[in-house]
Amino acid sequence: MVNWIWLFFIVASVVVAAVNGKMDTVTQAAFEGAKSGVTVSFGLISIMVFWLGMMRIAEDAGLLQKLARMLGPIVRMLFPDVPRNHPAIGYIMSNLSANLFGLGNAATPMGIKAMQELQKLNPDKETATPAMCTLLALNTSSITIIPTTLIAIRMNYGSANPAEIIGTTLAATFIATSAAILADRWYRRKSPPSANTKPAISKPGIKPPGAGGETVV
Amino acid sequence: MYNFFTGLSAWMIPAIIVFIPLYAALRRKVPVYETFVEGAKDGFGTAINIIPHLVGMMVAISMFRASGALELMLSAVRPLFDWMGIPSEVLPLGILRPLTGAGSLAFTTDLIQTYGPDSMIGRIASTIQGSTDTTLYVLTVYFGAIGIRRSRYALKVGLFSDIVGFFAAIFICLYIFG
Repeated sequence: MVNWIWLFFIVASVVVAAVNGKMDTVTQAAFEGAKSGVTVSFGLISIMVFWLGMMRIAEDAGLLQKLARMLGPIVRMLFPDVPRNHPAIGYIMSNLSANLFGLGNAATPMGIKAMQELQKLNPDKETATPAMCTLLALNTSSITIIPTTLIAIRMNYGSANPAEIIGTTLAATFIATSAAILADRWYRRKSPPSANTKPAISKPGIKPPGAGGETVV
Repeated sequence: MYNFFTGLSAWMIPAIIVFIPLYAALRRKVPVYETFVEGAKDGFGTAINIIPHLVGMMVAISMFRASGALELMLSAVRPLFDWMGIPSEVLPLGILRPLTGAGSLAFTTDLIQTYGPDSMIGRIASTIQGSTDTTLYVLTVYFGAIGIRRSRYALKVGLFSDIVGFFAAIFICLYIFG
């Protein structure tokens, strides 16, 4: 799907630009985009380096395991195929808590670290596992308690009550996240248990019902 | 209430970066500085891995906006919005939000500046901006960092929740502030 969206953007842009006579603008925009891709990645370096350093201390001190145990039941429900004491759980928890408290720049490194841990459980390194898809779904809809940036902008433009959007944002984000979890569950069930499912789970000789296309290794 | 929350987030990060090393050093005798450096090493490579993915995505999005293709797509959907009684000024946000974080934030700021933060448009825009994240960016960065090429249904789920969140934000605002 990413391939098609990407292709659509590029082809549609050039076609529309040709009609509008905006070819120069589009060429320029392409290189501007490339530049900002690099700038954003470089901006991530300092944040990644800092938080991954901090999180290593937390991991070695056993803090991540503590966090994982505290909120374990919820995570086990959302990530049934990740082993109980796997380090991924701790990172998933820190990622979700960072999102929740609006610590945007801490959430990304922890999310990536969680993905790296999940990747260790993945037999096919180029295909996402259901657990990765769930983590991504939770992050794209990102439950946030306090939208700090928006409140700051509203204050800046003289709002009488800058924080009045906390309630509506919380309600909207709750609905979006619920939708993400439900859709994720639905696809998880619908999609064939591919090579991603651990071999130990599928009983030998018995073909799981509904398994099409991909073969179970 | 607002002061409490801003105060809370101002204290949150310092509290975390004091608590973690302090706990580690005192309770578990972890060599904190060396451990920090050891873990931090991974950060550089990970960030560098993301570059090709992010460049690819940002080129496409930047072209899409500059060419006028985005505007064309919007004008196709606009009549539907008018029919539903939704202020069509917020429509671009529905399409920008999943694509570009900086772009949609700029657009939201512009709406707030033009119509005022306490107008219906201002409130809806703030709620949309705050309630979801930039799906395409999150997907690119998270999967790019670990080299996942086939994302399966992840993008569909992300975009679906963006659509749900977008309309939820609009109708909640129309109901609460209407």
